[in-house]
Amino acid sequence: MTALIFEHSRPGRRAAGLAPEVEETIDDLPAVLLRTRAPFLPEVSELEVVRHYTRLSQQNFSIDTHFYPLGSCTMKYNPRAANRLAMLAGFLDAHPLAPARTRQGFLSCVFELQEMLKAATGMQAVVLNPMAGAQGEFAGMAMIRRYHRARGDEARSEVLVPDAAHGTNPASAVMSGFRVREIPTDRDGDVDMQALRAAVGPKTAGIMLTNPSTLGVFERRILEIAEVVHQAGGLLYYDGANLNAILGRVRPGDMQFDVLHLNLHKTFSTPHGGGGPGAAALGVGPRLEPYLPVPFVVRDAAGHLSWAEEDSRPETIGRLSAFMGNGGVLLRAYIYARLLGRSGMRRVSEYATLNANYLARRLEAAGFELAYPRRRASHECIVTLKREARELGVTAMDFAKRLLDYGMHAPTTYFPLLVPECLLIEPTETESPETLDAFVEAMTRIREEAGRDPDKVRQAPWTTPVRRLDDVRAARELDLVWRQEGGPDPV
Amino acid sequence: MPFIPHTPDDVDQMLKTLGVSRVDELFDEIPPALKIRELPASVPDALSEQAVTRLMRERAHGDAPGLCFLGAGAYDHFIPAAVWEIVTRGEFYSAYTPYQAEASQGTLQVIYEFQTMMAALTGLEVSNASLYDGASALAEAILMACRIQNQKGGGSAVLLPEALHPAYRRVVETVLEPQLIETETVPYDRKSGLLEPAWLEARLAHGGAGVLVLAQPNFFGLLDRVDTWTDHAHRLGMIVIALVNPTSLAILNPPGTWGDSGADIACGEGQPLGVPLSSGGPYFGFLTGRKSLVRQMPGRIVGRTRDRDGRPGFTLTLQAREQHIRRARAMSNICTNQGLLVTAATLYLSLLGPTGLARVARACHAQTRLLVESLTTLPGIRPCFPGTPFFHECPLVMDQPVRPFLEALSDQGLLGGYDLGSFSPELSKAWLPCVTEARSPEDIASYRSHLEALLESARQAPVRNPTPTH
Repeated sequence: MTALIFEHSRPGRRAAGLAPEVEETIDDLPAVLLRTRAPFLPEVSELEVVRHYTRLSQQNFSIDTHFYPLGSCTMKYNPRAANRLAMLAGFLDAHPLAPARTRQGFLSCVFELQEMLKAATGMQAVVLNPMAGAQGEFAGMAMIRRYHRARGDEARSEVLVPDAAHGTNPASAVMSGFRVREIPTDRDGDVDMQALRAAVGPKTAGIMLTNPSTLGVFERRILEIAEVVHQAGGLLYYDGANLNAILGRVRPGDMQFDVLHLNLHKTFSTPHGGGGPGAAALGVGPRLEPYLPVPFVVRDAAGHLSWAEEDSRPETIGRLSAFMGNGGVLLRAYIYARLLGRSGMRRVSEYATLNANYLARRLEAAGFELAYPRRRASHECIVTLKREARELGVTAMDFAKRLLDYGMHAPTTYFPLLVPECLLIEPTETESPETLDAFVEAMTRIREEAGRDPDKVRQAPWTTPVRRLDDVRAARELDLVWRQEGGPDPV
Repeated sequence: MPFIPHTPDDVDQMLKTLGVSRVDELFDEIPPALKIRELPASVPDALSEQAVTRLMRERAHGDAPGLCFLGAGAYDHFIPAAVWEIVTRGEFYSAYTPYQAEASQGTLQVIYEFQTMMAALTGLEVSNASLYDGASALAEAILMACRIQNQKGGGSAVLLPEALHPAYRRVVETVLEPQLIETETVPYDRKSGLLEPAWLEARLAHGGAGVLVLAQPNFFGLLDRVDTWTDHAHRLGMIVIALVNPTSLAILNPPGTWGDSGADIACGEGQPLGVPLSSGGPYFGFLTGRKSLVRQMPGRIVGRTRDRDGRPGFTLTLQAREQHIRRARAMSNICTNQGLLVTAATLYLSLLGPTGLARVARACHAQTRLLVESLTTLPGIRPCFPGTPFFHECPLVMDQPVRPFLEALSDQGLLGGYDLGSFSPELSKAWLPCVTEARSPEDIASYRSHLEALLESARQAPVRNPTPTH
């Protein structure tokens, strides 16, 4: 561990040159309102700050430094142009409540992104206010709830979610006021139609689906599912986490989905930032359009762009953010979309799928077991290491940790929950075949190591700044805030 | 091809490995009826990086931000260059949520330091790794407080101040509505702008209230008797949520020391701590609280632990609260924090330190006072709530509707403040200016002279009718 910034602190040390140049008095404020002791913040020089955080950055794996095949997260290259251009002063220094007539440049980017995503998803309307995928899910499900209630159909309290779904799906359904009913998956990774038919009924509010699913395969009976759910009176929610697999080729609207979210930090390559900020697009068909959350950008007959707010959208489910969502992220997605253009978007799914299938085939040829060997991979594939666990005593987690020693970020582990000892591997379209070959090589060598010297794998990683961490201790002896030993209460 | 490394040879070799002749064959499990040949023409053709650069420069250039005296939840502070130079390093920018702790110690340590700083600023014991923004943080804080009250069988009603940011109120309503949680509004006293004491006392005496939200400063920028209200609410077994401005906490009494026992939860908008205005986002929300409540806290939390060699290291902890483990029984559906913005805030707070942040806070207050003193020398302008202490925003009122003046100022490149007529029609002559340390005394003088000229010409000829706001 690198020393904490607080441990560099010395009373009276300053990062000079950063102090305000104007008067600073508060003698008019009543003493009872004032703080009596300064907050516990570090007192360090500017160089110490820059060096400390530069060093910390070097303790991260990132797309810019490592292959990062984290399944379901779409860790593709984040173009530097998108970052630089989104940070132009005209965008960066703009107050969110500045009048729209002074923000036509920014609004035109947001409006055009709405329009492009409408075309790319086949939905009737798209808004960009959710600040993350999970917020898009919440909004989408809240709209479904509002739709049924507006029709006096209050018995629809149940949402169907396949057992392979992302954890956010059931959690969002509950936050939107529903109960969740799980639907099993069949042997080849498709939704179990018999179970679905048995589950739908007058209580069904809708179903949440990811397609291609989190099992890395395309749900082949999607139109049949849509028919069953729609006939029962339910609506279809599309979780766009895996849109990278089909962008420009298949559209959720054509698959009969009523509402969807897309993670712009996945398919549209905005940075993951160490866990945020994300941003989501929310798309709807005609039935849910009145309930869209505000604000979003509208264009009048004269071409003037403005924000649609609650006054013009009386049936909206409301607001999700204090202002207008993550505008800076939207700009990055817009720039990326313009760099790709129409044919570039289609190439995304082409090469993402080519890479995933190539990787799956090469892993299989190297003797690894695919979870769904009879299926085409989508933009990701699943390897199950249950044989390695049984015969060699090394788990998927051990493989994941050992991959770090080979200079590769681990794939997603133990998700989806229904595949034992699994690695969910998503290479994305921006990786070269040499990188994929190197990954297969690393996996093969790790398996050899496991046969020869299993502790080398079981105790990995060896080369990272810290070795395997004690999660049980972390949860049991909570240490969430630093306190100098013997020092004063930090408060 | 942008961002795709494959050569034609690469593709041939890969297709050979796969035993197919064209990539299209890899999509053969998709029902043919669903496949499209290409996207509609409303998706334009690709532009080169140079052409996109030209386009974005043109658009950014047209959006001149203007001289900003507008706050209302987003504040124009000076941000030292080092903050975003470091934040946009690829190792922070292009990493994901630190699920593989050993490969993410940088991000994890930043978050641990951030949690320490937010706990210190708010005077509370624990912090999460951030939420989406201030409004969603308030909504999550209320859900958290309701879970706690639910568990111990406490009151259920949530009391929200009337002088709350209107967008925050709407976000809270959007989130609470499906949970069937009811809110009640504590009116503000029309003289002081603070919580109306008689109303609140009577409401508390009536019983059944479980959660009290205290905004300090409130939406008007005004500072209330939070000690009194915290103690009063605690005597009745209520949970007190402090909605606070983090800059102000360098000089104001922090929530953890309000009254005898302190607020239970603090939350707010983190944007003032090194995050650019950026048209409204991305920002981050913060959430801190008593240690005893940590298991009810939503969002990511980082803990310090030891590795197998006994060395200290960091990891995500208490994950059993979260959606990827608990699914339908999770505390919240939240799946991320605002990592990059938290990194910016941690750098910002390190660069400023306790002294620098206090100087920024004092300068904001002093300059706002200067603006108030300066503008109230103009005819017909006075403070809305004279005598009530404020932080860096203070409502002013004139003797005629203010909107045309704010629009005329904006035409002259000056954002004069928030039109309180859009908060409440009864305040159509009032507005809320904000001054931060980033404005100079000359900027304040310029505001005064622009407004003076507008008032003068309005006296000679009525100001043009308000155009519709966009």
